This record gives sequence, structure tokens and C-alpha cells, in this order.
Amino acid sequence: MSDGLRDLEVTVWRGREAAGSYQRFSVPRQESQTVLDVIAWIQQNADPTLSYRYACRVGMCGSCAMTVNGKPRWTCRTHVSKVVKGDRLEVGPLRNLPVIKDLAVDMDPFFDKWVAAEGVFHPEKSRHDPIEPVRPTSEQRVVADRGIECINCAVCYASCDTVSGNPDYLGPAALNRAWTLYNDQRDGDRRGILDAVSGSGGCHNCHSQGSCTLYCPNELDPLGSIAGLKRATVRRAFGMEG
Amino acid sequence: MLTLRLYMLQRLSALVMAPLTLGHIATMIYAIQGGLSAEEILSRTRGSVVWMLFYGSFVVAVSLHAAIGLRVIIAETFAMRGRRLDALTLTIGLVLLVMGMRAVYAVTAP
Repeated sequence: MSDGLRDLEVTVWRGREAAGSYQRFSVPRQESQTVLDVIAWIQQNADPTLSYRYACRVGMCGSCAMTVNGKPRWTCRTHVSKVVKGDRLEVGPLRNLPVIKDLAVDMDPFFDKWVAAEGVFHPEKSRHDPIEPVRPTSEQRVVADRGIECINCAVCYASCDTVSGNPDYLGPAALNRAWTLYNDQRDGDRRGILDAVSGSGGCHNCHSQGSCTLYCPNELDPLGSIAGLKRATVRRAFGMEG
Repeated sequence: MLTLRLYMLQRLSALVMAPLTLGHIATMIYAIQGGLSAEEILSRTRGSVVWMLFYGSFVVAVSLHAAIGLRVIIAETFAMRGRRLDALTLTIGLVLLVMGMRAVYAVTAP
């Protein structure tokens, strides 16, 4: 059912990073069609060997991010009508990550950096301790809540020119996660977080270009989180921790 | 590539540079208003501890600030890392410091 609309001219990246090229497909255009629908149509009807990654299809799992017409996007929530240029759509793998095949990238470096940034909760109490109440309106919690809805899609990481120029840089998602934990009153190693983000690939390498905040599909502000980490590390350097 | 220490050094050197740059520009504008010659300017700066401290601290701040800034540009543009990058950063800083201090000496030495 193509609703009388002209077919889409879709070029899709095939192969690996070094040995690959764009392949052209003609895909029936439909009303309310997402970019992921287009990729799924190609895989189901034109070439079953096309590799890509998705899971929830409702913008929660963060696994379907790709480069669409040159910009990183979550494809399950990106309507073709919003990004199509004429009848053309170019879909490639995310930038700044190794390509496994076609549209699937290796997310290991991305998640390794979450760990390197101490983007993991550091418990300090056991199940025998009473539950510590967290006031949702406290200043710290409000700051943490602003960055907490990250779905790990790596759109910010792919959009970041600092990551492109400096592969050691931890990247916006890992630093955003570190910032939310730094502002979590239950976390038991806030000093460790600041140490982790102060190294040679840490938050101080950010050039504040803001692509992360511009492209984040959940409208988070990793740039603001990184600025917060910079302020926190400087405050600590001047002995004004808190 | 840019640790907290280098980040702080660059920001603090910028803090020092900002008022000194304004002071330098203001002095230049003031100096040329009445048509001061180079001889007349030198007669006022030579032997002046104030001008030596003013331009001496300017040179130190510029050497730190520029070396760290260039370090980032070189690292991101040419993928240079590790000891080579450290050595180049240090070299740039030292060259700027020596050149700047020579100029300060020439203008303020009695």
C-alpha cells in the first residue's frame, strides 16, 4: 500500500568501514512511515542479508540509531517525511564507532567509556540498612533527573566532533551518566567519579560545540552535564567541594 | 590529552591575560595620542619594575595558554599522543617564553 506516493530512493551503507559502499534500493512510500520501517522493508523484501539493529520500535531501547541523510537519529521515531530530501534517503551506520556490518556498529567502545567514567552506581549500604528517602524536589535530585532519561542510543556520541578528533575522549553519554550519579545522594563514590572524569580523556576535553544536546532524541542536555562536571572538578581543585 | 591540571592552567592563564591585554591596548592607544616616539617610550619603560612585571606576567600567561591550546589542536588534527605531544607542548611553551622574555628584557632592562 503505497498510497499513491512516489517510491523512495534509498541508499544504504553495505559492508564494513573500510571495504563498503552505498547500495541503492527503491522502497514504496507510505503515510506515517519511519526510517526504521524503510530499513525493515528492504531487509524483508529486497535483501535479507542487510544487517541492522533494533528492538523496541518505540524509542525506549536505544538500539536503532543510524545516520540518516548525514545526521544521527533514532530511526524508529524518525518519520521519513521529516528527513527526506526530495525522494532521497541516505542511511548509514553511526559515526565514531567501528562498523561490524552494514548499519550495525560495535557499541563496545561506547559502553567501555561509561565504565571508565565511573558511570556505574556505587552502593554504600546493604539491604539491612533502612531505605534512604530521596526528596524529588531537592536541588541535587532535580539536576540528576534532568539527565536520567538517557537510553544509551549513542546519537550524541556519533554527533560529537571531539570524539572524532580525540578517540580517548569519554564522550557526552558517559559524562552525562557520571553527572547524574555525581548528583545522586545515594552514590557512595562521588570523589571517584570526579577523578574518573578528570583524566586525559575526561570532561575538560569538551569544546562545548553542543552537537550532543542538539541531536539528543530525548532532548537531554549532555553539554550542560559536562559543564556541570567541569565546574565540580574546578570547585574541588580550589577546595570548595560540596 | 587535556587533564584537569592543564585545563586549569589554561583557564587561569586566560584570567591573567584578559586584564593585561586590555591594559596593553589602553597603553598603546594612550602612547600614540601625543605622538610619542620609540625613544620616548623606551625612556619610560627602561628600568621600570612595574612594566617588567606587567609584560613579564603577560609573557608567562601567553606561553602557558598558547602551548596548551596548540597542544589540543595538534593532538586532534594530527592524532599525536603521549610523550611526543608532551615534548612538543613543552617546546612550544619554552620557545614562546624565551622569545617573550627577550622582548621584555629589551624594553624594560635599565
